[in-house]
Amino acid sequence: MSIDTKKQYRIFSAVLAGNPNVGKSTVFNALTGMKQHTGNWPGKTVVTAEGHFRYKDSEFVLTDLPGTYSLNADSPDEEAAKEAILYGHPDCIIVVADASSLERNLNLILHILEISSKAVVCLNLIDEAHKKKIIPDSRKLSLMLGVPVITAAARSGKGLDKLTAAAYGVACGSIKTTEVKNNYGTDTETAADTIINALPEGLNSKRFISLELLNKQNRTEFLEKNNILFTPELKNAIEKADKILSEYDDIEYIRSQTIVKRSEEIYNACVYLENKSYNKRDRSIDKIMTSKRTGIPIMLLLLAIVFYITIVGANYPSQWLAQLFVLVEDKLRELFSMWNANEFISRIFIDGMVGTLGSVVSVMLPPMAVFFPLFSLLEDSGYLPRVAFNLDKYFYRSGTHGKQALTMMMGFGCNACGITGCRIIETERERRIAALTNNFSPCNGRFPTLIAIISAFLVCGIPSPLRSFAGAAMLVGVIILSIFISLAISKLLSLTILKGEPSSLVLELPPYRRPQFFRTIVRSLADKTLSVLGRAVIVAIPAGIIISLLANTFISGKSIISYVTNFIDPFAQIIGLDGVLLTAFILGFPANEIVLPIALMIYLSNGTMTDYESLEQLHSILTANGWTTITAICAMIFTVMHFPCSTACLTFYKETKSIKWTIAAFLLPTLCGIICCLLVNTICHCLMILL
Amino acid sequence: MRATPLIPLDALDTGECGTICTLPDNPELRRRLTALGLIPGTKITVVNISPAGDPKAYFFRGSLIALRHKDAQKILIKNRWAVEQ
Repeated sequence: MSIDTKKQYRIFSAVLAGNPNVGKSTVFNALTGMKQHTGNWPGKTVVTAEGHFRYKDSEFVLTDLPGTYSLNADSPDEEAAKEAILYGHPDCIIVVADASSLERNLNLILHILEISSKAVVCLNLIDEAHKKKIIPDSRKLSLMLGVPVITAAARSGKGLDKLTAAAYGVACGSIKTTEVKNNYGTDTETAADTIINALPEGLNSKRFISLELLNKQNRTEFLEKNNILFTPELKNAIEKADKILSEYDDIEYIRSQTIVKRSEEIYNACVYLENKSYNKRDRSIDKIMTSKRTGIPIMLLLLAIVFYITIVGANYPSQWLAQLFVLVEDKLRELFSMWNANEFISRIFIDGMVGTLGSVVSVMLPPMAVFFPLFSLLEDSGYLPRVAFNLDKYFYRSGTHGKQALTMMMGFGCNACGITGCRIIETERERRIAALTNNFSPCNGRFPTLIAIISAFLVCGIPSPLRSFAGAAMLVGVIILSIFISLAISKLLSLTILKGEPSSLVLELPPYRRPQFFRTIVRSLADKTLSVLGRAVIVAIPAGIIISLLANTFISGKSIISYVTNFIDPFAQIIGLDGVLLTAFILGFPANEIVLPIALMIYLSNGTMTDYESLEQLHSILTANGWTTITAICAMIFTVMHFPCSTACLTFYKETKSIKWTIAAFLLPTLCGIICCLLVNTICHCLMILL
Repeated sequence: MRATPLIPLDALDTGECGTICTLPDNPELRRRLTALGLIPGTKITVVNISPAGDPKAYFFRGSLIALRHKDAQKILIKNRWAVEQ
């Protein structure tokens, strides 16, 4: 605790701990008013978030820890949670538990209470538990655990005021908590007591530290981290303890077994099941979602539906926005001519800046605005872990971790999130493979490019009711291709530079939850789509200006941009693209969303057409610039497989702290893209000659 | 319920139950399983099998956990019975 002298506030530190999938992020958002994205699958909170809330005369600094099942420090996630609880000395630990699967949650609760009893247990999702006729007795639970237990339904805000009051009480000491000991048997207890007596005065969590010291491994490191001097007295005590426990080979295992048994006892004493087959509904959904016959087809169908809605739903707003921008450009042009403005300046301002901005907003925004909320709904429902379950065997065969399927999914939203998400993978080798291959999942910033190319080029000949359906099917095809490439490259990596056996998979399939439609849609629109769009706009404005400067400055009759595009054109042609498109990809490094808009701007500055208002026009612009079906296919392949955007590269560096691996993450997809485009282009041209 | 010799967990079919007898030797895997409440004596049920045949989804202590064949075969169970539907 500290006191802010200016505001006369007491400042308490609190942490939010708990298993994955217990609505921890929802509690966090509800308490702090922040908008951290929540999701119903393990590993959603991978970066610890910090927020504030006030209660009476105090301000709480609340840290949201990653969801973990234990504090074993096996993965970077668990390590972070353990360190925050043990070394952060928070004034209050809020442990969020799922009231409908309390038994498993009690494990972590008991582990945490062993470190500190300055805690409050929040029995979240109580509404769901009651619906399943699971009735926890919070008063009895509180007695058995020695800390306050508050039932809550964070989604509807129920119980949160009581939770803050309890957290305040625990932090300032007005609520007395008691330390409840788990009895590990006479020998372990005697050994632990021996060490406790040798530990320095005034140390926190003495019992926990002495129990940890019974582990023979990493003793010195553990003492160092806790700032404990390895005195001869302590050394003596540890030796004595070792002697007492000489017959036991794994104390940690004994401890965790005891805790599981204790959880079972508490659970049986405090929870009443009025309906023993409470999870019947989930089982029947799972039978459809993961069965041999329907599992994979349903997965593809769901994807296709998401894409279909995206394509259909984005089409009209896209046209309206394009028309709006054309109107704005016309008005601006009138205004500029009224002022007798320089032709050069008006071209740069109107065609360059406003034009690029217009295509970013009209081509890219609508698909993002439809796709992202739909994807969030799938996330929230608990379906994504089922995808990992369905696909795991292929990941296993590729020598990687099953949770890579989850990080791959995150990549469809945003590759930077996907790369950070790899922290849920326990072994370094598999974590690296997952991060290296994450960019093969086309992110939300690349989907609109794919959708635009497909709608404007590949399916435009198909009659309209079928068109969107064919487009969705093609996108599903692209996704399957990207998953396949990701698996193939993972296999290649695990056979060569990242050799090794796949480690074990322990993956929770959380209960299905009805997503909160309205809130999810609003939130993902407001937070994700707009922030991603903001980034794209910030990049698009200067990029638009620079490119139109280059396109309107002539050296010996040719614009500078045409020198650049002509220079790389021969190489781009070999891989089925053209100089303009490749230039656009390179310029799109800061944000993939601007690739197509930039390419359009360069095309338009070369030709006679200055505007486009619909996908049909997009088609004619592209054909006028020499696009063929092969160009479209190669452009799509290159969209899926090219260097990660600057944010993803930076994130990769932050996660690995290795320039070498970051360069690898940059080159790997780029090389794959070049090779694939080269192959497709060559084969298609050979076929055309033969036929 | 009838006692049978120890059998690996992955031998169970959908809808079959067993009681855990021994956990794998691999300390990391064992820790992870224990953290979820899987210890000798825990009742475990096979609920689902992935479309590709591996992994399987097991239900114990109120949660559903997917385990790969190669990990599940290192877990031994002592009883085996079918759950009444």
